[in-house]
Amino acid sequence: MRRPHHLRVLGILLLLTLTLLLTGCSSELLDPMGQIGSEQRTLILTSFALMQIVVIPVIVMTLLFAWRYRRSNKDAAYHPEWAHNNWIEGIVWFIPCIIIIFLAGLTWYTSHSLDPHKPIADDPSEQMEIQAVSLDWKWLFIYPEQGIATVNEVAFPTDVPVRFRVSSGSVMNAFFIPTLGSQIYAMAGMDNDVHLIANHEGVYDGRSTNYSGAGFSGMTFDAIATSQEEFEAWVDEVRESDQTIDFPDGYNELAQPTEDHPVEYYSEVSPGMYEDIIRSFHTGSDDGDMHAGHGEAEDDHGDMPMSAEAAE
Amino acid sequence: MFGKLSIDAIPFHDPIIMVVAVAMAIGGIALIGAITYFRKWKWLWTEWFTSVDHKKLGIMYFIVALVMLIRGFADAIMMRTQLAMASAGAEGYLPPDHYDQIFTAHGVIMIFFVAMPMVIGLMNLVVPLQIGARDVAYPFLNNLSFWLFAAGAILVNISLVVGEFAKTGWLAYAPLSGIEYSPGVGVDYWIWALQISGIGTTLTGINFFVTILKMRTKGMTMFRMPIFTWTSLCANVLIIASFPILTATIALLTLDRYFGMHFFTNDFGGNMMMYVNLIWAWGHPEVYILILPAFGVFSEVIATFARKRLFGYGTMVWATVAITILSFIVWLHHFFTMGAGANVNAFFGIMTMIIAIPTGVKVFNWLFTMFRGRLEFTSPVLWTLGFIITFTLGGMTGVMLAIPGANFVLHNSLFVIAHFHNVIIGGVLFGMLAGLTYWFPKAFGFTLNEKWGKRSFWCWLIGFYLAFMPLYVLSFFGAVRRMQSYDTAEWQPWMLLAWVGAVIILFGIICTVIQFYVSIRDRKQNQDVSGDPWDARTLEWSTSSPAPFYNFAHLPNVSGIDTFWAQKQAGAKTVSEGPYQDIHMPRNTVAGPIISLFALILGFALVWHIWWLAAVGAIGTFVSFLARVFNDDIDYYVPASEVERIEREHKERLEMQA
Ligand code: HEM
Ligand SMILES: [Cu+2]
Repeated sequence: MRRPHHLRVLGILLLLTLTLLLTGCSSELLDPMGQIGSEQRTLILTSFALMQIVVIPVIVMTLLFAWRYRRSNKDAAYHPEWAHNNWIEGIVWFIPCIIIIFLAGLTWYTSHSLDPHKPIADDPSEQMEIQAVSLDWKWLFIYPEQGIATVNEVAFPTDVPVRFRVSSGSVMNAFFIPTLGSQIYAMAGMDNDVHLIANHEGVYDGRSTNYSGAGFSGMTFDAIATSQEEFEAWVDEVRESDQTIDFPDGYNELAQPTEDHPVEYYSEVSPGMYEDIIRSFHTGSDDGDMHAGHGEAEDDHGDMPMSAEAAE
Repeated sequence: MFGKLSIDAIPFHDPIIMVVAVAMAIGGIALIGAITYFRKWKWLWTEWFTSVDHKKLGIMYFIVALVMLIRGFADAIMMRTQLAMASAGAEGYLPPDHYDQIFTAHGVIMIFFVAMPMVIGLMNLVVPLQIGARDVAYPFLNNLSFWLFAAGAILVNISLVVGEFAKTGWLAYAPLSGIEYSPGVGVDYWIWALQISGIGTTLTGINFFVTILKMRTKGMTMFRMPIFTWTSLCANVLIIASFPILTATIALLTLDRYFGMHFFTNDFGGNMMMYVNLIWAWGHPEVYILILPAFGVFSEVIATFARKRLFGYGTMVWATVAITILSFIVWLHHFFTMGAGANVNAFFGIMTMIIAIPTGVKVFNWLFTMFRGRLEFTSPVLWTLGFIITFTLGGMTGVMLAIPGANFVLHNSLFVIAHFHNVIIGGVLFGMLAGLTYWFPKAFGFTLNEKWGKRSFWCWLIGFYLAFMPLYVLSFFGAVRRMQSYDTAEWQPWMLLAWVGAVIILFGIICTVIQFYVSIRDRKQNQDVSGDPWDARTLEWSTSSPAPFYNFAHLPNVSGIDTFWAQKQAGAKTVSEGPYQDIHMPRNTVAGPIISLFALILGFALVWHIWWLAAVGAIGTFVSFLARVFNDDIDYYVPASEVERIEREHKERLEMQA
């Protein structure tokens, strides 16, 4: 008696979801701007499609069986003691197994091909390095090759593989530019990295995805993917800034908690600042004031910052 | 004298909290006044609070869970309203300081104080009856478990008015939850609420594990146990194995916060990923503690209302056992983005999707139970059908999240929020509401109103899809979880849609409240004298409704799966006949509530660093526990004549109806 209603509602809901997914075609994840993101979109759509082999039959069978074997339908067969059938039980193990074997293969393969630590370029000299440090509540970007730094804005040329080294000067965050692909955790005292590439010019939204406290929602930044020339022009613009940042003093000042921090350019940054920030957590300080004092790092842990992999 | 506690701890400046506080105070005073006016205190104390009867404890768990569901839902709709407003630079009406407490409180309350007590409450009500036992193995511990749980729930609610709650997310990831970044008392409330209720949960796990292993009636071999008992057994194994991890992890965090240690701090060799690993080593089994008993409910419901044996009993059991074991080796899927190596990620990803196999098998078994059955569309069946479809979709998005390559863009986004509400509302909550409707007559002797039950179902189902499907879409636009506001104006329509969904869920909850009202009002018409209103299959239906406190006058004798059904088919008499014997039963206990009251005092004192009060709490807990230990007068015999009188009355009622 209630079935047609039930069916109709469900049909509408399913249709709605599908159209939503389809119209979502201009979304960040379904319309990626770089190679990593594209591979991830393909992976998501493939796994989605593969699972429809089970999902659709289950939904159809649920509705079909429920309707056909409803109490009032005396035409349908009724076998109250029928509770076992080797064939059916074999098949219901077999089909999920097959799908999962496929998915497992796909998982194994893509876990390696999409490993965030894996360089995109075969030759490391082709890639550029940008160091990202999450602070309360902003992102500090350090360009070791250019000797500059910025806050809440990061630029890089298109078609150049970028190695983002990611750490934190505060609690845990995650570095993510949705249009380009993979995110990675930013953890204090650890040197994590993610390799990304932009294949189209544009200004993309970037943000922290890992909740980090009161200013978390404003922990966003612009990721500017441009041509090589425009990138160089951008670097020059940063170099013209009259602000510079050094470690520990300038850094500690920046590390004070702020919300919705404006974009800042630093024409000069003290060399090795990224490593200094990481190392500052390896000994710690006695004053117990996290935001002020990791300056007096002693080198008893050696020069190698602890990598995230080592920290597992 | 009062540690950190002062009058400033009460947030007078926050109108929302103050209104809630005043409403709570008025409600509380009205309730206490009513109990006093109707002189019900003694009755409450002797019949309920000190009771060791598993059925009454089950009911009390459910009452607390339903009240907390309303609190948790109030949090949810506040969040949805905030996110519907705070678009494109607008700040909304909840500043981060408040919003962050709300999502933390919502998560904690829904998991620990709604889903858990529903599951444990149902286990209490049903398991001893299903295995033909007169009570659980340790009746006093059962009462203590409940009161420890209640103490934790009270502590969380105190935090609403006195001080603040954690602003860390429901799992309180370090180092954010460390003293350095969360100097307030919020995390301490989180710690002590979970420690106190967590100990209660561990005791429950041990209690039901032993009960199911040792107290089954004659002939009830393991492979004749009803599926709900099987799933409960596995859930309790998971509790025993995983809750100590939670307790230990929180204890380490406590050492960090109270004694300046460095297990999880940024510096001095602390490692926050250690915390994340440990908390999920508990956290993943936890979600199976919730979902396995829900699977059990669906198995019972579908077999009963299809009037057919459950298809593939053996596979069902083995699938449950497989899930139980696998659930311990998948925890890393919650943080692939930590940056572990490709091999590690691939291993945990594949392990996770392997769980989909036994789960898929279960789904097919439910489908083939309907096949060639005679399905009656009662509200428990509607919840079950809604579950099968919703959970399948949620399982699919879960497998997508388990693929590390895909997880790297889906993690921490609203996709995750949509996924776990997909399985937790569509699975656990639907299951518990189905179970509530199904076993309600066993607890109270009358059935719940079907019309309002079905209305509630439709509101929940439609509301759920409207509230959470938009989140999948939003995640593809880059929207993340736990954000209090966002800049992108295009997200707002989806957020508004999600808000509408939440409002429809609100109607679902209102329908349930009306359902209770109407059912209690019409309890005479809906009375179930037979004890077996659904013509069901398992032992709990063979005794009267509500079941006598000793459950069975004679312990039943079991010769197969669904013996009760087989007896009915064979036309055997299922009413117990004399002569009766004396029945050995446990006495009520005042120790449970008293120990827990001291534990509550201890927890509150530790939150606020009121050390003398903490000493009072600790000593009180210990002494009252000792007093219980040295009390030998804990059991008695119900005389055969009393049993006969109760059974005779039941038979008279049956004859009157006939
Ligand atoms: C009844 C309808 C419900 C609604 C409308 C709802 C809504 C929400 C919303 C809006 C969030 C925050 C999402 C964000 O971070 O942006 C959330 C988080 C959460 N919900 Fe629900 N929820 C509901 C029921 C439940 C239930 C039944 C459970 C569990 C039994 C649950 C468990 C959680 C958890 C664990 C979180 C994560 C909290 C955190 O981020 O720390 N919710 N929910
Ligand atoms: Cu998990």
